[in-house]
Amino acid sequence: MGTKQNKKGKAYTRRDFLKGFGGGAIGAAVVPKILAQESASIETKKGKIPVCSKKQVTLTVNGEKYTLVVEPQETLLDVLRERLNLTGTKKTCNQGECGGCTVLLDDEPVYSCLYLAFRADGKDIRTIEGLAEKENLHPVQQAFIDTDAYQCGFCAPGFIMSTVGYLETQGNSQSNMKLNMEDIKTAISGNICRCGNYDQIYKAVAEAAKKMGRS
Amino acid sequence: MKEFKLAQPQNLAQVTSLPSDQRYFLMAGGTDLLDEIKNEIIDPGVVVDLKSIPDLAYIRSTDEKIRIGAMTRVSELAENSTIKTNYPVLHEAALSLATPQLQNVGTVGGNLCQRPRCWYYRDPQVECRKKGGSRCYAARGRNRYHAILGGGICHIVYPSDLAPALISLDAEATIATANGDRTVPLEEFYTLPRVDVRKENILKANEILKEVKIPPSKNEGKSTYVKLKERGTWDFALVSAAVCGIVSGNTFKDIKIVLGGVAPIPWRLEKAENLLKGNPVTDDVVKQAAKEALSDARPLKENAYKQDLAAIAVSRAVLSLV
Repeated sequence: MGTKQNKKGKAYTRRDFLKGFGGGAIGAAVVPKILAQESASIETKKGKIPVCSKKQVTLTVNGEKYTLVVEPQETLLDVLRERLNLTGTKKTCNQGECGGCTVLLDDEPVYSCLYLAFRADGKDIRTIEGLAEKENLHPVQQAFIDTDAYQCGFCAPGFIMSTVGYLETQGNSQSNMKLNMEDIKTAISGNICRCGNYDQIYKAVAEAAKKMGRS
Repeated sequence: MKEFKLAQPQNLAQVTSLPSDQRYFLMAGGTDLLDEIKNEIIDPGVVVDLKSIPDLAYIRSTDEKIRIGAMTRVSELAENSTIKTNYPVLHEAALSLATPQLQNVGTVGGNLCQRPRCWYYRDPQVECRKKGGSRCYAARGRNRYHAILGGGICHIVYPSDLAPALISLDAEATIATANGDRTVPLEEFYTLPRVDVRKENILKANEILKEVKIPPSKNEGKSTYVKLKERGTWDFALVSAAVCGIVSGNTFKDIKIVLGGVAPIPWRLEKAENLLKGNPVTDDVVKQAAKEALSDARPLKENAYKQDLAAIAVSRAVLSLV
């Protein structure tokens, strides 16, 4: 877990409960900095290439800074879910095909399952947990509710993050352009809904675009 | 995902001088590499992070050429206004590729060096020729998505969308080696399985694709990318056609056609190009050329449909130049 805690008051979750039983507080200890500084390297004719199996990173997640030590193969998805307890981002296919793990990295949608945590050092990350301001839902979240775009709801965080990324930033170069249904379909083409609720999801995105002055 | 160590070089010279006693896996965007590690097709031990090297991501116009750094992200390529205006085939190929999430992370160099999608290759249980085994399981197995041309001992198709587009534009590849850079036509970058079944390109150990260069666009030239897929949304191409040419006075003055999805390398259709050059643009001429072009195809049990699709992709792309 990070050296800085999330300030938001959080109820005791099912995950915390299970963790408590699993030998307790996985990764809860603050890892000393020294672990991150390994001295291994590969010798080449052009100098030493540093090699490490741990790296200290600072991530800004939903406006909060976290400093933690990660291993090279740890994905951003696993760090968010398992170490920062931000389980709104879903681990579904875990191989970059379904979009359930979509987060915004410096405002751009990426699959957090195929993004290594060490590469997110110094980056700004937004997850579904960071969208609402207190009791006020983000216009995209509200549009998903208003148009009944959830069925089982498991894919919704990913769809919502793709939509937010597109409507807030990616489409900004053409922000005066009106979106048509083709644009919407392309913007969320990296997300899959196994319930097949696409018609309602397209409507939700169109509705959100309208609320955000994009249609 | 299996553990690995991370090597972070400061420059390309360090990468090209890596000791040869061990195989190192280079990571650009990582979207394909991580997929291979997760599926236990490879166990890299050490991953070399190319993002730690500065100045490999750029799109520059110099000497009238466009130079694209290997670490340029696909989304940056797709959004570049010069590419969009002067090289539509490349713009369209970049847009057709994967999803917004993958375009934001995947790189041009990574796309051009990605590993095949053959389901036998991607299956950790299967030890096929490409993984050092003794058989190509696609030859007699399920081969709906496999090669109809150039397969022989291994029936993969090369999955990159950017490669056919860049080859149709006469792009060159700059390769960094321990003895300095060398430049080859991108068309000669890819190699058939019979050259070395374990590899898809000419890169030797510790060589790395550094940049692609596109010659100046011809004023009267036109280009397009037609991609035929199984799904309406994103997918790898069943067949794709990159076409670049000049039509003047209703005659094909110059034309280059490169297919994706049909062979282990991007497949140039010189026969069809020669049938079109100097001839008037009519449906019949184009259809005849497209048909002739695929006459060498040797489909497997389940993929003869690709022959028809290829003819359609070629006709559609060529006629759209008019």
